[in-house]
Amino acid sequence: MNSYDVIIIGGGPAGLAAAISCYDNGVKDILILEREKELGGILNQCIHNGFGLARFKESLTGPEYAERFIDGVIKRNIKYLTETTVLSVSSDKKVTAINSDNGVFTVSGKAIILSMGCRERSRGALNVAGTRPAGVYSAGTAQKYVNILGYMPGKSVVILGSGDIGLIMARRMTLEGAKVHAVCEIMPHSSGLKRNIVQCLDDFDIPLYLNHTIVKIEGDKRVTGVVIAKVDENRKPIKGTEVHFDCDTVLFSVGLIPENELSKTCGVELSPKTKGAVVYENRETSVEGVFACGNVLQVHDLVDFVSEEAEIAGKSAALFVKNGKVDREVVNTICGDNVSYTLPQRINKKATENVKVFFRVNKVIKNCTVLVECGGKIILQKKKKICVPGEMETALILQDKLSGLSGDITVSVKGEL
Amino acid sequence: MELTCVECPMGCKITVEEKGGNKEFFGYSCPRGKLYAENEVVDPKRVVTSTVKTASGEVIPVKTDKPVSKKDMYKVMQVINSITCTLPVKTGDIIKENVYGANIISAKTVK
Repeated sequence: MNSYDVIIIGGGPAGLAAAISCYDNGVKDILILEREKELGGILNQCIHNGFGLARFKESLTGPEYAERFIDGVIKRNIKYLTETTVLSVSSDKKVTAINSDNGVFTVSGKAIILSMGCRERSRGALNVAGTRPAGVYSAGTAQKYVNILGYMPGKSVVILGSGDIGLIMARRMTLEGAKVHAVCEIMPHSSGLKRNIVQCLDDFDIPLYLNHTIVKIEGDKRVTGVVIAKVDENRKPIKGTEVHFDCDTVLFSVGLIPENELSKTCGVELSPKTKGAVVYENRETSVEGVFACGNVLQVHDLVDFVSEEAEIAGKSAALFVKNGKVDREVVNTICGDNVSYTLPQRINKKATENVKVFFRVNKVIKNCTVLVECGGKIILQKKKKICVPGEMETALILQDKLSGLSGDITVSVKGEL
Repeated sequence: MELTCVECPMGCKITVEEKGGNKEFFGYSCPRGKLYAENEVVDPKRVVTSTVKTASGEVIPVKTDKPVSKKDMYKVMQVINSITCTLPVKTGDIIKENVYGANIISAKTVK
C-alpha cells in the first residue's frame, strides 16, 4: 500500500488551496484525489465573473480563479489523480478509491483533508407535485450542460429558488436566447447575493416572485408548464393565488448540501446545523488527523473564503504531520439570538492565531449589532447596517483574548430596539 | 434614484441626487462603487461571459476584457456565438478583437 503524509479528497478550490498551503508549510508528500477529468471542481462550469475580488482584488471568472490554484499545484509538483473516485475513508486514515488505470486501490495518509464540496438539493427533496417529465434540472446541471457540454437544456424556463446558481442561470439562459418567465422564491427574501439580483434579474427584466412556490409541474414526455402560487407565513400555498406559465424547462436552485458520505465512513461527528463536520478552529474534525474545509464543511457564498478556510486546514494538516496531536483546552461556540449556525464549533484556548468565527443569521435584520459574549463579558461588538441569511458573516476573536475565555462563546445578532 | 452596486458582494445601496445639473452620490463604500454609480447613470456597462465553440466541438469559456454597454450585450453574444476558435489557447489570449469596444478573450488555458 502506498502511503503519503497528506491525502486530500477533492481537487476543487478547497482541495487545491489546502494542498498548496500544506506544501508551503513544509509537508510536501501530498496526494490529491479528484473525481472529475480535471482539477478545479465546480469553478470549471462557473464561467461568470465576480470571483476573487476579496483575494486578488480583481474580478475573475471561475476557470480563471481555478487556474491560479491549479498552476500553484503543478508548479510545486504536487501529485494528483483525476477521474478517481474515493469509495471510503477509514478512521485509521486509509483511503480506498477506484479509477480505470489502477482498479480499486487503498492508500494511507498520516493526515486526511476532506474537501469534497457540496451537491444540490433536488426536486425529490421538495416533493413538488405533478408529473415526471423530462426538462426538470437542478440549476447546476443546467449550468454544466450550457457551459461545459455546449447544449441548451431548454428554451422557455421557470426557475424555483433564488439561490445564486439559479440567478446566474437565469441570466445565462437569457443571453443564450431562452425566455426565463419567472424566478420563484418561497421565502420573503432572496437567498442569493444582492448583486446577482441586480445583474442577473433586473438587467434582463426577469420577474422575481417572493413568497411564491411551484405547486404543480405539468407535461407527459416533456415539461409543458408549471403552476405557481403565493404562500402564507407558514410557507403553505394559498388557494386561489395560482398562476400558470407555459414552459419547457424547470430549474431548481433550492439549496446545497455538504457531501459528507465519506466523512461518515471515517466516523467524523457532523453538525445538524451546517450538515458538515464539527471542527476546531484549525479545521480538525472529531477524528484526530482528519481535517475538513470548503463547502463540505459549510456552504460558503464566496470561493475567496473557501480558499482562506482551506489554507487553515492545509497548514493544520502539515503541523499535525510534523508535531502530532494538538494540545487543547476547548471552549464551544454557541448560537445566540437570530444566529442559525457558528463555525468553528470548538475553539482551542491555546491557539496561536486569531480565530475568525463564521456565522449566518436566520432572518433579515437591519441596523443590528453583532455580539460575541463569553461568561457574561463582551469580547466583540460591531454594528452592521444589515445582516441577511444569504450572506455569511464573520467575527474575529483576537488571539490574546483566547486564554482568558471562561465557558462557551455565544454569537448573537440583536436588531434595533 | 437608487442603485445597488454590483462590484462586490456588499451590494451597497447608492442613492443619486440631482443638484443644479450635477449628480451627487451617497451610500457607496469604496472608489469602485462611486465609479460604478457614475457609469450606471450615464451608460451602464457589464462584462459579458460566455463560451465559444472549438473546431473539435468542445466549448471554452471566454469573457470581454472590459465591460461593454448593457444595451450591446445581445449583439456581443451574437458575435461570440458566431466564432469558432482553434486550440490551444491560453488564459487572456484574444479570440476576437474590438467587439463593441472590447476584446473577447479566453478565460481558460486549453491544450
